[in-house]
Amino acid sequence: MTALKLTNVCKSFGKIEVLKNISLDVEEGEFVVFVGPSGCGKSTLLRVIAGLEDATSGTVEIGGEIVNTVPPAKRGIAMVFQSYALYPHLTVEGNMALGLKQEGQPKDVISSRVEKASHMLSLDQYLARRPSELSGGQRQRVAIGRAIVREPKLFLFDEPLSNLDAALRMRTRIEIATLHKALDASMIYVTHDQTEAMTLADKIVVLRDGIVEQVGAPMELYNNPANQFVAGFLGAPSMNFLSAAEVGGNPDQVLGIRPENLRINGEGQLGGRVMHVEKLGGDTNVLLTSPGGDEITVRLFGQHDISPEADVRLGFDPAHAYYFDAAGNRLRA
Amino acid sequence: MNKARRNPLNSALAHGVLLTYTVIALFPVFVILINSFKTRKAIFREPLALPDAETFSMIGYQTVLKQGDFFLYFQNSMIVTVASLFLVLLFGAMAAFALAEYRFKGNTLMGLYLALGIMIPIRIGTVAILEMMVSTGLVNTLLALILVYTAQGLPLAVFILSEFMKQVSDDLKNAGRIDGLSEYTIFFRLVVPLVRPAMATVAVFNMIPIWNDLWFPLILAPAEATKTLTLGSQVFIGQFVTDWNAVLSALSMAILPVLILYVIFSRQLIRGITSGAVK
Repeated sequence: MTALKLTNVCKSFGKIEVLKNISLDVEEGEFVVFVGPSGCGKSTLLRVIAGLEDATSGTVEIGGEIVNTVPPAKRGIAMVFQSYALYPHLTVEGNMALGLKQEGQPKDVISSRVEKASHMLSLDQYLARRPSELSGGQRQRVAIGRAIVREPKLFLFDEPLSNLDAALRMRTRIEIATLHKALDASMIYVTHDQTEAMTLADKIVVLRDGIVEQVGAPMELYNNPANQFVAGFLGAPSMNFLSAAEVGGNPDQVLGIRPENLRINGEGQLGGRVMHVEKLGGDTNVLLTSPGGDEITVRLFGQHDISPEADVRLGFDPAHAYYFDAAGNRLRA
Repeated sequence: MNKARRNPLNSALAHGVLLTYTVIALFPVFVILINSFKTRKAIFREPLALPDAETFSMIGYQTVLKQGDFFLYFQNSMIVTVASLFLVLLFGAMAAFALAEYRFKGNTLMGLYLALGIMIPIRIGTVAILEMMVSTGLVNTLLALILVYTAQGLPLAVFILSEFMKQVSDDLKNAGRIDGLSEYTIFFRLVVPLVRPAMATVAVFNMIPIWNDLWFPLILAPAEATKTLTLGSQVFIGQFVTDWNAVLSALSMAILPVLILYVIFSRQLIRGITSGAVK
């Protein structure tokens, strides 16, 4: 069964169209990530699904039911917010229990669900504390716990990791992945961070300016991007784009090569001057400028001593080259 | 302040300015207080002297308590002030929430219309208000005063509070909606506690003019049973003879309730319960 089905969803604020004709299916148990630059409409789309915003046109179906006019609390969803949005006047336990109390669940059901969720998130010893007495990571776990106890048909995450520091972000990311496996629930996750998208998703939806650019499994998008935007958005460091004329091709076309597919050797197809070298220990990123003035990044495995201002040749396997037309669409050979 | 950044000269200067201001602000209150405990002659002989064994007198307080029903005036003033403040805060906060939270046609226009009251003094409409009160039979009731003061306080309350309401995290309100809280619960349980400092500010701004007002009590409720404290004190001020002892004593006593109300509100100003709600 499909957990969520969007059909031609449009949303505009006044004259500004934020979402344009979005159609999408989310299967039961699937982890779908909406990714895109800020302002692309991904959060708005999540709010439309949650019922916090009305769709201007189109239908939203959750668990087979059209929910366009159903209030958020009755849609069978739970949401985790970027700013945690915990109730300041309630304890951790109260925060988790409030939604269930509003649903009119019996007391023993509430307490057993809260207990189960707090155990799962190792929040047991914090149940009596207020949000102000918790650290950022703990607050985010409470927010996740508040979503779990509802036992929703669909989990919605709105950039839940953006307020955490790098180390905690990685740990919480793994926790969310584990949680997804344990609960076997359908989840929709919004982020602007492509690493989160790549690591968590079963399916990535790349959005730009309110339009779905491409939908697919992470590796499918990575290896087979539909256009220049998707190619550049996924992968870090991002794909190099240069005029195809630099390798003797059509000057109207754009050549794209991922940094890890470039090699520095004596007789490569491309020339470049080293501008800067970033040594990360495990990897070395070399930043170069091509004769045509394009910036190129090369990612080398291991540690390399390359001096700046050196002129080098770059080689690549033609199988790893992507070509795009002037409008950014992929040209397939 | 951090020790490395502390400069004794700056600190002394700052305190000097603050102390000067405090002295200037408190001086009239101080003069009223000391003179209320002196005999009439002593008040005029040396207005700035402290009461001593010879000049000490409670005559003013005795006059005030004997003449007229001062406790009733007190009670009237309290009822009018507290009830008006309650209504101003309740309706002001609700209107501000609606303006800040909901997108509807004419939102900006409605906000402007409500703010218009700040620019137009309510006293211009006195005649019309009096006519209305007469035809509704509300003259010489405390309700008349409460209604007028509520109308007078609302524009500023809506204006200030809607700015603060906009700062309350959308995520928090949305979390409430997803958990199935009604808009009223979201307003009273989530939003109001977070804008409490702003509400205290509005309360303080509105309280003093209402407590001190002479105009509307004189026009709308001059009857003995509905006199407010300010109006009641006027008994002692005559065209030719003024009973200064009584006036000063009445004023001294009138300070107390406002002081208590102010302490209550300023506590709310300081209490920070917002930390940890968001971020």
